[in-house]
Amino acid sequence: MAVAAPAVRPGARVRPGLVVSLLVLAALVVAVAAPGLITRVDPLAADPLRALAPPGAGHPLGTDHLGRDVLARVVYGARHSLGIGVLATALAVGAGSLLGLAAGLAGRLAGEALARLFDVLSTFPELLLALLVIAVTGPGTWNVVAAIGIAQLPTYARVVRAQTFVVRRSGYVEQAVTFGHSRLRVIVRHVLPNAVGPVPVLATIGLGQAVIATSGLSFLGMGPQPPAPEWGTMLAESRDFLRVAPWEAFAPGLALTLSVVCLTIAGRHLQRRFEGRTP
Amino acid sequence: MTELAVTRAHPAAGAAPLVAVEDLRVSFPASGVEAVRGLSLSIAPGECVALVGESGSGKSVTARSLIGLAGPGARVRASAFRVGGGDALTFGPREWRRLRGRFAGLVLQDALVSLDPLRTVGAEITEVLAEHDVVPRAARPERVRALLEAVGVPDPEVRVRQYPHQLSGGLRQRALIASAIAAEPELIIADEPTTALDVTVQAQILRLLADRKAAGTALLMISHDLAVVAEIADRVLVMKDGLVVEEGPAREVLTAPRHDYTRALLAAVPSVSAGPRRPPRSPGTAPPDPVLAATGLSVSYGSRTAVDGVSFQLRPGETLGVVGESGSGKTTLARLALGLLAPDAGEVTLRGGPWSRLPERERRPLRAAIQVIAQNPLDSFDPRHTVGRLVADPIHTLPKRRRRERVAELLDRVGLPPELLGRRPRELSGGQRQRVAIARALASRPEVLICDEPVSALDVSIQAQVLDLLAEIQAQDGTALLFISHDLGVVRHLSDRVLVMKDGRAVEEGDADEVFHRPRHPYTRELLAAVPRLPGRAE
Repeated sequence: MAVAAPAVRPGARVRPGLVVSLLVLAALVVAVAAPGLITRVDPLAADPLRALAPPGAGHPLGTDHLGRDVLARVVYGARHSLGIGVLATALAVGAGSLLGLAAGLAGRLAGEALARLFDVLSTFPELLLALLVIAVTGPGTWNVVAAIGIAQLPTYARVVRAQTFVVRRSGYVEQAVTFGHSRLRVIVRHVLPNAVGPVPVLATIGLGQAVIATSGLSFLGMGPQPPAPEWGTMLAESRDFLRVAPWEAFAPGLALTLSVVCLTIAGRHLQRRFEGRTP
Repeated sequence: MTELAVTRAHPAAGAAPLVAVEDLRVSFPASGVEAVRGLSLSIAPGECVALVGESGSGKSVTARSLIGLAGPGARVRASAFRVGGGDALTFGPREWRRLRGRFAGLVLQDALVSLDPLRTVGAEITEVLAEHDVVPRAARPERVRALLEAVGVPDPEVRVRQYPHQLSGGLRQRALIASAIAAEPELIIADEPTTALDVTVQAQILRLLADRKAAGTALLMISHDLAVVAEIADRVLVMKDGLVVEEGPAREVLTAPRHDYTRALLAAVPSVSAGPRRPPRSPGTAPPDPVLAATGLSVSYGSRTAVDGVSFQLRPGETLGVVGESGSGKTTLARLALGLLAPDAGEVTLRGGPWSRLPERERRPLRAAIQVIAQNPLDSFDPRHTVGRLVADPIHTLPKRRRRERVAELLDRVGLPPELLGRRPRELSGGQRQRVAIARALASRPEVLICDEPVSALDVSIQAQVLDLLAEIQAQDGTALLFISHDLGVVRHLSDRVLVMKDGRAVEEGDADEVFHRPRHPYTRELLAAVPRLPGRAE
């Protein structure tokens, strides 16, 4: 993405939505990296005597049915929910890009075969495909990463394959051939970096979806197992107490919604900025 | 061509000018650019005025300002500005709209961009007729047909129903001119109307514009090509950096220029009739063995034969010019020579050994000996790489320090300052890019350089610099050049021998002087006759 920095117009419009989103995302990064900075309470410490306490002093967001601090659980839960989302997206981006590149460079038969495989995979709804993977591998944090990663992989693979077609026919790749470079050198130095141009923007939006999928799978009991604080798991646990202690569901639900909305806003902004600018 | 009744009676001498502007200034406050800085211009009915200058001189902006299309954010000022009998300084959008089409028709360089791809040629022209209510509705189809006929489109009944992409470049440009004259404008503004066209088609379009002029239409012609201007203009304004540096009758300006810049522009125009560039090889010495040779090369794409039985030999230190119009197979020939495309029949040999026959793996180590300079360097540069990385790419096997020295040496050789090392291709001017391409092509010390239209995208003075650079490199290194161009003047400037291609075949080959002065093949004669010439140059 070798683009000259766009000239900042004087008085360019400040987008409040974007600013708020970036602030929320910054807070989430802190929660993932150093949850101890936000709360000193242990998210696993149960106190049955103070179960289902409403928000108040000591417990700003109240306690859950086992008397655990909801704020601490939401903060520590970011590491699970977002962490799995980030890892799954990384898997999808990495494997998807490589497979897309391979499909774009392979001979007609192998390339088409791979492309049809991506097509078949993307006909399944993401969550269904992920459930299928879990059905084979069984529940657990790493299996959720693999499941969501595989489910999202076709998106990136298809984009990279299409870009690879453009780049491999470009003047600069032909030029590199005339320098007598090996095929591998041409691919690594010219084709791959130019073909993955649109991926970072896609990945930002994909990350939001991966976080939702993570929580969805956890809600169904496929993800990190209790007592691990994961937003989806917390929502599942709070179901029975919705009438008496709505705060137990409200806090993880809000955290989930907020992070996905903010990720999407940031992603869309990136998309707008780089629209038509990828080489 | 005369059946159309758009012929205007020649106005009496001294008729009021169609356009009269004094001290025109156009600036773009947002970017701080002053595109036009005090230009005065008048165009009388039936007169052809030409604006000449290189890119960025302000000629297009000037022309567009005359029909209120200077562009968004443009600030247009003038001390007097009369267009079509009205005071243009008071015009609002509606007044400008009324002028366009009816008073002034616009013809742009690339008809493929200017014509709506989703509409037929007929629909495009009919819209102009309807917009300005030129003829009653029932008479429109007949008028469209007559217009197409008037601009020399064969089979107008068929063409009317076709889309722009179904037409050749020449026909598209004619269709665009037909729509520009549909409302019988008093003035045609033509912005580089022939730049994208082959030389024989260019000659036809110029003849067509001259016909309109003879019929009484005024013409404002914008061009960077002085020879094209010489064919048609009555008066010439030479522009540089938003100012008119010289102005006068065409013949005077082009034969006895007073301003240095005009002189430089004229001197830079490569001529098809210039004398030999250097003394021919003394006849006594035996010619060296060819470094690159092709025998009976043929290749076809599907049912279309792109190159058909072409043979040539290129000796060390020699330049073989390949000329031909678009679609004649020149670029395919370059790709065959480079070993990027395998011939269906025939063979290319490099230094007397096999080349086109080799598998790519065995060809790779030999590739350093044959390099290419592409028409559009921007396409041939990886957009993410800096100049330093681009030039070092062919010699990545050298140790880092040696490589850095070599890159510095190469940039110096092509006349680029070392500050450009960190720039990316998009941040360079056209001339700088082509110099970077040349530096990169020289990096591996090739024996053969294939130049595929290396200067076609450049302004004439930059063109001359790049051609001189290539000649200098050849003289110093003894590099053999296979020089491909549609521009006969450029080929003449550089070549020892010339190969003329038409429809994939080599129709004529020989010594450059011989071919240019005594062409044997009728097609070569046609090509040479179509080249516009500057007045006062020896034929």
